[in-house]
Amino acid sequence: MDLSYGERYEALRAELRAFLAENWPPRGEDLALPRSEQTFAFRRRAIAAGYLARSIPRQYGGSEQPADSLAAQVIREEFARARAPGDARGIGTMMLVPTLLERGAEWQKEKWVPPTVLGRTLWCQGYSEPGSGSDLASLQTRAELVGDEWVIHGQKIWTSDAQRADYMFCLCRTEPDASKHAGISYLLIDMKQPGIDVRPLRQMTGDADFNEVFLTGARTPKDWIVGKRGEGWLVSRTTLKHERNSIGNADLAKSTFDALVELARRTRRDGRSALEDPEVRQRLVRIEGYVQAHLASSWRQLTDDVRGRSSGILGMMNKINYTNIGQEIAGLAQDLLGDDGLLDPTGYERQPGEPPRGAQGWLVQTMWSLGVAIAGGTANIQRNVIAERGLGLPRDAAAQRSA
Amino acid sequence: MDFGLSEEQELLQATVRQFAERECPPAVRRRQFESPEDQSLELWRGLVDLGVSGLAVPEAHGGAGLGLLELALAAEALGHAALPGPFLGHALAGLAVSLGGSEAQQRTWLPRLACGECLGTIAFPEPDGASQPEAWSAKANGAASGVKSLVPAAAQADLFVVGVAGPGLALVERRAAGVSVEPVAGADRTRRVGRLVLEGAACEPLARCAEAASRVRDAALVLLAADALGGAARCVETSVEYAKTREQFGVTIGHFQALKHQLADMALAVEPSRALVWYAAHAFDAIPAEAPRAAALAKAHLTDVYLEVARATVEAHGGIGFTWESDVQIWYKRAMFDRAFLGTPAVHRERAARLAGW
Repeated sequence: MDLSYGERYEALRAELRAFLAENWPPRGEDLALPRSEQTFAFRRRAIAAGYLARSIPRQYGGSEQPADSLAAQVIREEFARARAPGDARGIGTMMLVPTLLERGAEWQKEKWVPPTVLGRTLWCQGYSEPGSGSDLASLQTRAELVGDEWVIHGQKIWTSDAQRADYMFCLCRTEPDASKHAGISYLLIDMKQPGIDVRPLRQMTGDADFNEVFLTGARTPKDWIVGKRGEGWLVSRTTLKHERNSIGNADLAKSTFDALVELARRTRRDGRSALEDPEVRQRLVRIEGYVQAHLASSWRQLTDDVRGRSSGILGMMNKINYTNIGQEIAGLAQDLLGDDGLLDPTGYERQPGEPPRGAQGWLVQTMWSLGVAIAGGTANIQRNVIAERGLGLPRDAAAQRSA
Repeated sequence: MDFGLSEEQELLQATVRQFAERECPPAVRRRQFESPEDQSLELWRGLVDLGVSGLAVPEAHGGAGLGLLELALAAEALGHAALPGPFLGHALAGLAVSLGGSEAQQRTWLPRLACGECLGTIAFPEPDGASQPEAWSAKANGAASGVKSLVPAAAQADLFVVGVAGPGLALVERRAAGVSVEPVAGADRTRRVGRLVLEGAACEPLARCAEAASRVRDAALVLLAADALGGAARCVETSVEYAKTREQFGVTIGHFQALKHQLADMALAVEPSRALVWYAAHAFDAIPAEAPRAAALAKAHLTDVYLEVARATVEAHGGIGFTWESDVQIWYKRAMFDRAFLGTPAVHRERAARLAGW
């Protein structure tokens, strides 16, 4: 074991620092550009240098670097330190690009991958529906081929970024007579058209980070389909082997925990800092046990990646582990807030990825810890995955019947 | 950046694990558990033959010259099997002499400890909850005196590493005058304990004992955490196995989501904490500044997890899990030992808070 990066990666670190010192924040001609164009210009240079879009082939606007999880980690660390834009975030780079690279037609890759990687083209995901959450394959949004176009009717929900997105990748039922999973196709849809109505969905924090999307006769060309008709479920399951992002948000769990310690330090209890209170100390260190285990597990998985090994059941635990930690942190934070715990948190401007500030910030954090437990597969779904795929227990009878 | 086991480390762990499976089948474990006398030395001799007795003893003194990480991997394998025997105390006695002994003390004792000719153990906790070095009151001024309340393998040990006021460490031989051992009825019959009474016994303080006392404490916490990890993982395996075979309502009970979720939560408590044990052991070997706190965190976390998972294991087995006949109690009681010995989780969480400067 060796927790240092070693000479080769420290050399990369030095190279990165020189690159960043030269290129971020923007200078010279770039200063005249709008903020978003500054970001694109910077990304182009970082891609040319081989630091971003590392798993994307050059012909589609990437830098096509050999997979190296440690290099990716060092790059992330240095870009974060310089507060420079990293790889374009969002569902487009996370899900659509790998899917297109694996399953898309040549013209689709050429058209959509480069601008998405740069961050110029934004996507939203049309998966969940009001009646189809955990049982996603029961989705009802219909697409019918009329002439050279698909005509789409239905409703999607929990759609992040729908109001800003240029396109949606959408699961639609195109083969009504086929069985549940075999009746779905994976369509790409232009969001800027009359058949699409986006309505913000206000959540309990008062903000609207999600939307409902109503598709009423929305249209998309016949060939804007990824994979064949009826292959949509399979296409949506495509996962590619590529460098991992921060595993299980371990770094974020750690920085949120550190912020919790600061909250305890600043909070007064019986005339002294709550950090001196024996109960608070016990609870803090108890939570820290989970945080450190999660963090060290992320190093372990990074090492597995580098060695080309599967992390097995541990890899199935990242989401629920992070969720559980978030809930523990939320519980103690709420107790530390004392009377302030009944204040209205609406109006707080949350910065994703940043530790919360003030009572309002912590209250929003406690609510978000709930949202995280639901989004992308509820905690109970995660338990099913661990039990069935990890421990080899029998599949849920109802799920088996419907499949 | 490499946070995984080497091939040699994996092989070492697999070897100890295979030994445990081969030499300690359920009937053997049960016989030893039931026996009024500690019969574990036979299994121990097998481990000595494998070299487990001298894993962390420097090569110059006849050992394998490995680190705490390797000891922890062995401890995990032994915990997994709930293997009866004196490994814990012996490993720590060797570390104490390696870390705190003078050249002469090392030359005298380490080869004998490494080859298993001499069985060592640690005598740390004192009555009234004085488990940590800072609270020890036994004396070793010329002669040793004091009472050590929970000494692993006290009845068989040839050499005691006694924690004394200061804090410090002193070597006391079993055969010296003024040394007596009384049995203590412990719940965990796979690791028997005794009470050591010293009344003016001949002793030999370790030369560099101040630092060694707290280092050995840290090592002990890591080994207890590693034992807990192995035991807790075994509890999950046993419970899953039972869920796949026991039938009710015409199907195996593993079909029921309530139980599946409980089993998933048990696995979730255990698997991520493996890296916490690795980290604490690695810190002891390679990152000294982080070691005391990492050890305290690991001990507190893992021994809590172990008891929690052992309780859930009883529940997952239903009525049979509550019987004397069921082997589940063997791991449950081992969890009680790991949790209570050398300070409960609360003790080490408070230490961890202080070590962080909180």
